[in-house]
Amino acid sequence: MIEKRLGLIVNPIAGIGGRVGLKGSDGAEIQKKALELGAVPQSPTRAIQALERIKSMKGVLEIITYPGEMGEDAARACGFEPTVIGSIKQGETTPEDTRIAAQEMVGLKVDLLLFAGGDGTARDIYSAIGEGIPVLGIPAGVKIHSAVFATNPISAGDLAMLYLRGRVSSLREAEVMDIDEEAFRQDIVSAKLYGYLKIPFRRRLVQSLKVASSPGEKASSEAIACDIVDRVGDECLYIIGPGTTTRAITSKLGLNKTLVGVDVVFQGKLVATDVNESQLLRLLEGRKVKIIVTPIGGQGCIFGRGNQQISPEVIKRVGKDNIIVVSTPEKINSLGGRPLWVDTGDRAVDRMLSGYMRVVTGYNEQVICKVSC
Amino acid sequence: MSQVITRQRSTDGKPKLRRFHQARWDEPIIFELSREGQRGILVPQVEDEIRNEVGDVLATLPETMRRKQPPKLPELSQPQVLRHYVRLSQETLGTDLNIDVGQGTCTMKYSPKVNDQLARMLEMTELHPLQDEETVQGILEVMYRFEQILKEISGLDRFSLQPGAGSAAIYTNASIIRAYHESRGEAGQRDEIITTIFSHPSNAACAKTAGFKIIALYPDEDGYPDLEALKAAVSERTAGLLITNPEDTGLFNPKIEEFVSVVHEAGGLCAYDQANANGILGITRAREAGFDLCHFNLHKTFSSPHGCGGPAVGAVGVTQELARFLPVPVIEFDGSKYHLNYDRPESIGKIGPFYGVAPVVLRAYAWVMSLGAEGLREVAEIAVLNNNYLLKKMLEIPGVSAPYAKGKRRIEQVRYSWEGLTKETGVHSEEIGLRAADFGVHYWTSHHPFIVPEPCTVEPTESYSKDELDEYAAILAHVAEEARTNPELVKTAPHNSTIHTIDHTPLDDPSQWAMTWRAYLRKVRKEAR
Repeated sequence: MIEKRLGLIVNPIAGIGGRVGLKGSDGAEIQKKALELGAVPQSPTRAIQALERIKSMKGVLEIITYPGEMGEDAARACGFEPTVIGSIKQGETTPEDTRIAAQEMVGLKVDLLLFAGGDGTARDIYSAIGEGIPVLGIPAGVKIHSAVFATNPISAGDLAMLYLRGRVSSLREAEVMDIDEEAFRQDIVSAKLYGYLKIPFRRRLVQSLKVASSPGEKASSEAIACDIVDRVGDECLYIIGPGTTTRAITSKLGLNKTLVGVDVVFQGKLVATDVNESQLLRLLEGRKVKIIVTPIGGQGCIFGRGNQQISPEVIKRVGKDNIIVVSTPEKINSLGGRPLWVDTGDRAVDRMLSGYMRVVTGYNEQVICKVSC
Repeated sequence: MSQVITRQRSTDGKPKLRRFHQARWDEPIIFELSREGQRGILVPQVEDEIRNEVGDVLATLPETMRRKQPPKLPELSQPQVLRHYVRLSQETLGTDLNIDVGQGTCTMKYSPKVNDQLARMLEMTELHPLQDEETVQGILEVMYRFEQILKEISGLDRFSLQPGAGSAAIYTNASIIRAYHESRGEAGQRDEIITTIFSHPSNAACAKTAGFKIIALYPDEDGYPDLEALKAAVSERTAGLLITNPEDTGLFNPKIEEFVSVVHEAGGLCAYDQANANGILGITRAREAGFDLCHFNLHKTFSSPHGCGGPAVGAVGVTQELARFLPVPVIEFDGSKYHLNYDRPESIGKIGPFYGVAPVVLRAYAWVMSLGAEGLREVAEIAVLNNNYLLKKMLEIPGVSAPYAKGKRRIEQVRYSWEGLTKETGVHSEEIGLRAADFGVHYWTSHHPFIVPEPCTVEPTESYSKDELDEYAAILAHVAEEARTNPELVKTAPHNSTIHTIDHTPLDDPSQWAMTWRAYLRKVRKEAR
């Protein structure tokens, strides 16, 4: 008796550039180069490691997947008889294949979409299906900045099984992040938040996910929002960085914040959305300004990743005392004792920000965090 | 799979772990057992003669105070109620049943039964809190004398035994701190309480309930409270510091005096959370570290049964300067008589009903008197020795670590981490605990959210023998070995114990959690009230 349906997408070239030092696997050129350098794809083995954890559901689980290297092989290697849909050119799969596969699986109403890949794959899936169905990533790419991945394939398999068995029912929004690989190869890190995918959550398991989070975290965001809203005054302009924690604040104010952009609030209204540095500099002219930011994606970075619009110049003008850092306790704990950090691109500003900072973690609750640069 | 489990049940004698199997009743909630019309006692009808004489007994009760509907209590017969609770008792791993060292921070020590017998004496149970003081001199003397004992143990000058819990004591301390600042005209300005992330979580929770903003400090690289972070935190808004020492990691803060002086210099007061003083009795005192306030949990350190096992007292101690703010009543002795003094204009007021929880004080008094001063110190010494013996045994288990302060000894407990084992096997700390239940022992991870990854908190107290500590360590070593050889067995545990695993998510979600039957009907079953 089939009780649950699992969608499976393996991005066969994910991670291929890693071990040969290419800092990523995006683009046909790089993939070719990687193969020439003797790279071995990582994702099929990792997908198998995850599926091994779900084997006990064999009789009740239908796996729906794409042919050959995009999932069928991994499923069969674990003894499943998958339902294979779609068609691909073996050895030459493209991001488009991932996108179409994801859309088809949404159409077939799978309960969970499990994919093996990296940040690029997560982006492809996000662009294809948004928050349509629950998704979980098996980490197999070179770049894993997104929070949609389990720490390792075993955790991914365990969490998927608990979700499919109904032992985990909660879902949370997790960041889809990626960095510009071209810039990364020049040693310039420029991370961007692309959006959110819905992933299953279980406290115990998510502890070991890259970004710890919980339904408790949702309540924490709500509490943080109440704390901030209580102190928002009409005399100040508020620059609000990206993130689910900051979005909870604007939601509490009844405003519709852009998901990944920097927005500006003044006297209870959203006066500008998705602004860039020069717009910010114009807006803050002659006003009292506060910046509200949250560390992104469990890395602990407050300035310089995903919110570069809030530039060193903007930070200088606003001043350290007018920066409000908000974070759920879960997110701070996920740093495992590592400090928060800044990398604005301006050493003087970085030094100004480093030391100890207060972080709002709930209603009337703050922690003192070390900030390094 | 089931064959493997059956085989594991006997444990094959390797290691020599006991064969344990718990009762499993799948007992419903008492409200679900209710059937309309079932009764435990049929109250006899009033005889006509009496009815005629008395008339309608409810007539004197104002209409507005009468219920329109009878209360929705469960309807059951006496034997049904009896069976229900006996079954529930068989489905728990209580402290009288297991080697209860796995409930770290809770000090699950043995509470001598003779003290329970004292508390159950008619002289105690038949006391009425509204009796004239003249007629309750005995219990007032016990409470007065116990206050003198606590003064000696802490070095502070005056105590209140009013608060009915550790959290109530912390709330009391926070209220006293506010009253102090009020008396100096600074209450509006000083609205921040500082604590540490490894302090007892009630410090943050109760001070917040008392209306303060909470600033928590994370530990430094060595796991000690970060003094530099404290310096960054204090200001003219600092009302006080509420801190536990040793912290939940079992580490004693060696800079505690500096912590106190930094806060004093900023104009704040310092309260020492000694809910669990089991490792420091007779060794360190709040006074010598410069604290202004402290509290003890009589139901932890002082051996009275704890938590759901019995009622509680959080005894609050203060310096002479703060004594005027203590809750009412305090117990005074004029040389011949004891009396309850309510005439204290600067008091924060009433914090518990009547005298507080008198039987708990009686048990604690009996416990201290049976040990004497040297005995109290010996309690601490054995508790610390036991803990460090178990620390060594635990660290011999591959995959276990004791984060922070590597190589340092701990005081009365340790927060361990199974992170190494989890990375190797995919088995998590909670699952190890569920499997440990198959061998008849209780196990606890940590407060949430976890700061130590894959945590496990063990506190042996002075009550357990070396053999018992060896048995506990052997059980965890065995489970860790199973995690390597047969992770599925551990991940599907418990097998010999009562309860299957449950989804914890509703516990974290206000829209789903249900503390009462009525809340359950409304939130979970979506039934109208």
